[in-house]
Amino acid sequence: MTLDTVASATNSPELPQPFAELGLRPEEFQQIRDILGRRPTSSELAMYSVMWSEHCSYKSSKVHLRQFGDKQPDGGWPQLMVGIGENAGVVDIGDGWAVTFKVESHNHPSYVEPYQGAATGVGGIVRDILSMGARPLAVMDPLRFGAAEAPDTQRVLPGIVAGIGGYGNCLGLPNIGGEVFFDPSYAGNPLVNALCVGAMRHEDLHLASAKGVGNLVVLYGARTGGDGIGGVSVLASETFDADGPAKRPSVQVGDPFMEKLLIECTLEVLAAGLVEGIQDLGGAGISCATSELASNGEGGMHVWLDRVLLRDPTLSPEEILMSESQERMCAVVQPDDIDAFQQICAKWEVEAVVIGEVTDTGRLTIDWHDQRIVDVPPRTVAHDGPVYHRPMSRPANLDALQADSADRLARPETVEELRATLLAMVATPNLASKSWITDQFDRYVLGNTVMSQPEDAGMVRIDEVSGLGVAISTDCNARFAYLDPYEGARLALAESYRNVAISGARPIAVTNCLNFGSPEDPEVMWTFAETVRGLADGCLELSIPVTGGNVSFYNSTADTAILPTPVVGVLGVIDDVARRTPMAWGPDGELIYLLGGTGPDFDGSEWARTMHGHLGGHPSRANLDQEKLLGEIAIAASRDGMVTAAHDVSDGGVAQALVEMALRADVGARVWAPDGIEAATLLWSETPGRAIMVIPRTEEMRFSQMCAARGMPAARIGVVDSGLGSDEGFDDQVLQFAGLFTIALSELRLAHEATLPRLFGSSLS
Amino acid sequence: MSSHRVGIVTFPGSLDDQDAARAVRIAGSEPVHLWHADTDLRHVDAVILPGGFSYGDYLRCGAIARFAPVMESIVDRAHTGLPVLGICNGFQILCEAGLLPGALTRNDHLHFICRDQSLRIESTSTVWTSDFNQGQEIIIPLKNGEGGYIADEATLDELENSGRIVARYVGTNPNGSRRDIAGIANPAGNVVGLMPHPEHAVENMFGPGTDGLAFFTSILRTFSRA
Repeated sequence: MTLDTVASATNSPELPQPFAELGLRPEEFQQIRDILGRRPTSSELAMYSVMWSEHCSYKSSKVHLRQFGDKQPDGGWPQLMVGIGENAGVVDIGDGWAVTFKVESHNHPSYVEPYQGAATGVGGIVRDILSMGARPLAVMDPLRFGAAEAPDTQRVLPGIVAGIGGYGNCLGLPNIGGEVFFDPSYAGNPLVNALCVGAMRHEDLHLASAKGVGNLVVLYGARTGGDGIGGVSVLASETFDADGPAKRPSVQVGDPFMEKLLIECTLEVLAAGLVEGIQDLGGAGISCATSELASNGEGGMHVWLDRVLLRDPTLSPEEILMSESQERMCAVVQPDDIDAFQQICAKWEVEAVVIGEVTDTGRLTIDWHDQRIVDVPPRTVAHDGPVYHRPMSRPANLDALQADSADRLARPETVEELRATLLAMVATPNLASKSWITDQFDRYVLGNTVMSQPEDAGMVRIDEVSGLGVAISTDCNARFAYLDPYEGARLALAESYRNVAISGARPIAVTNCLNFGSPEDPEVMWTFAETVRGLADGCLELSIPVTGGNVSFYNSTADTAILPTPVVGVLGVIDDVARRTPMAWGPDGELIYLLGGTGPDFDGSEWARTMHGHLGGHPSRANLDQEKLLGEIAIAASRDGMVTAAHDVSDGGVAQALVEMALRADVGARVWAPDGIEAATLLWSETPGRAIMVIPRTEEMRFSQMCAARGMPAARIGVVDSGLGSDEGFDDQVLQFAGLFTIALSELRLAHEATLPRLFGSSLS
Repeated sequence: MSSHRVGIVTFPGSLDDQDAARAVRIAGSEPVHLWHADTDLRHVDAVILPGGFSYGDYLRCGAIARFAPVMESIVDRAHTGLPVLGICNGFQILCEAGLLPGALTRNDHLHFICRDQSLRIESTSTVWTSDFNQGQEIIIPLKNGEGGYIADEATLDELENSGRIVARYVGTNPNGSRRDIAGIANPAGNVVGLMPHPEHAVENMFGPGTDGLAFFTSILRTFSRA
């Protein structure tokens, strides 16, 4: 094939070009021609097609995502150092420390090739954090699968879990939490989201911009190969159909060992002051890195593409530009510093090569063996892509769906029914123990993990001297989002906020990964718009900014979209991790309090789904003022030593929370329903804004007075008691539901812990 | 501040090196970082080979690391009594280097596993376990994909009869290790390989307790004897 140069493009203006195969629409292709005043070269076409894909350009979501920036308090967000638009947002957590975190999707690659798809999802988000100048501290993985028993879930889940572990464990980052949720709508389209958090000193913050004319552009890390070519535009922007497996070669292959070297090498060149700007290579590879660096900097860059070190020497320039080979970074380095930069790379056995230099021409020019193959305004590639106002319509079935309340479902009443429901609920895949999955992840490496799964939030120490740390939780009840997208987004935010606050940390920032069906479906688009509106409103109500995130569209198989799944991650800061509140309750005599009011809220609940196969009705509204108050009480109780344990009440209601706390502690308790609440409602209603808090007797007066003074409903519903079992003739700890039944923790544990090993193969020993 | 220097080797792909250094510091010694490509042991009094995935462990675990320049010096000094502790990947490297017999193989259930593991200390006559009580049960993290210890029967018998099994798994065997072996020593007791991670059990809240600390305080006695 002959090289398609700028000169030949000028000379053959009407040459047919495969823009449609590359995912561009005719009007988009025309827009490119208008920008360039000629047809694009094949290399330019490759660049525009990947950068203007939905995944890279956010062309369908941009008009909505603006709300995250627009809806802010007077005076802006004081804690925000870097907001949306960079590789990851950065927040000030005090003492000169800054934290950066972000969640991203790797859904489609993980369906095609579960192990590598999930592995490279971890790798990609870690490089985003690294490129801000931060040391990555921990990862989390919100995962969603089809029905647990479905054959496709059996295929993808073990591979995805092994991929996350295989990459993350070898990389040396603790995995501190996440989510696992099963629903038939994810069959054939699992959601694999990956979150990373990192920390840096304020002065170490770096941005992706190519500043300083004459500075050198260095590509370092792994060599460029043929993997992931077209991955972004092909994999992330087209719905799966029957020819899915044929796309396997598009999935990237990860090398966590190289990523570990890349982390250490990058942190060393940053610490040595050798870097003017830095960008990771993820989706769209060199096309993205060069155009974004140039667009954010002096506006111009020249690249000698033939200098790129290749794993496969037969790659064409178009393929090199599009390759999504993993474990690569791009740095802007002053000419005087390049030797020192290369020396550090050599120490870590990381290959580095100068591929270009910063110019002030306002153009991104790329040569291939001295022939000009790209000459474009970088901003048109990186930032000024198409923007769509997609048509929207409220789902036609929504009214009928909301009218179909779970109130009509028969609730358990007899002792036998209640007991059987309890055992069925703790064993249902969504509520069962996830340790079969999380025990395949290293949660200890780096030695700073304070809390990890199954705690409400993951927590890591940042400063060994002061004990300063951060807590993170990711949450989304997609059933709520399906029944009411606006409230669903606020409820996801509320739950994540609550989980962080209950651990004792003060929530300060939000990231999100918005997983949806096709934006070309007006009903999906309406749902998406409502979600963004709900999340932006909720963040304003809670006074915490969205610092970044990711949108993943086209999550559907054939005509069926997934449940709308806005995964919300909340980051909190805790002054001393020694004050954290775990979920395992302490010794005998501690008092179990339920904070927040309980109503019969079964719409969209796990109980309705598991016991009746029902999904309908209208979830309870998120009362964010109440959430804020609950958070303040939890943080104050943690700081002042008034609480020994706490647990969020959400999926599976109070019953699930109590069982998890008892099993975690391996200590029993006696619990009862407050006056006027029927047993089933207390146990399985999912009224938001609630938490269990366990209070030492000596603190009860102070705690209950604090709740009363602040108007927070707090009901004593139980007492920790390790001796109940022997009193009742059990040879084990028990949970006793006063006036109803008593059940051994061993029976609950068996039900709770057997589900995943039974579904997905052998136990881990 | 103690003047005892404990070297911690960083290979490309070492992951728990900072954690081992922290444990050494908490135990009262001075951690000294050793680089895989240097033969200079920087006058250390003991060496730890930390956990991780040296060189990615794409080949047999530890098979490449044993050829690192630093290992030549460590093997030489180990023969003349230098205390050496290999944790997880470090244990694998010690076996590959011939300082300890046997090998570590893929966990029998084929999964990576991370959990708080009960162990019984079977020998307190090594330099790394002298601060424990014989038969003491401890809990420290276990995290590996290739932790199944194997050796031929004669070797296993010899380890058993010479008191060189340092620690055994208690309860369920987590990886199919022969005779529940979690750690072994060389005949002199200065070289110990351990699959679980004592460096992750030296601070309350950051692991399952502080049971791991005694591995790092034990060598202080050796130093004071020297």
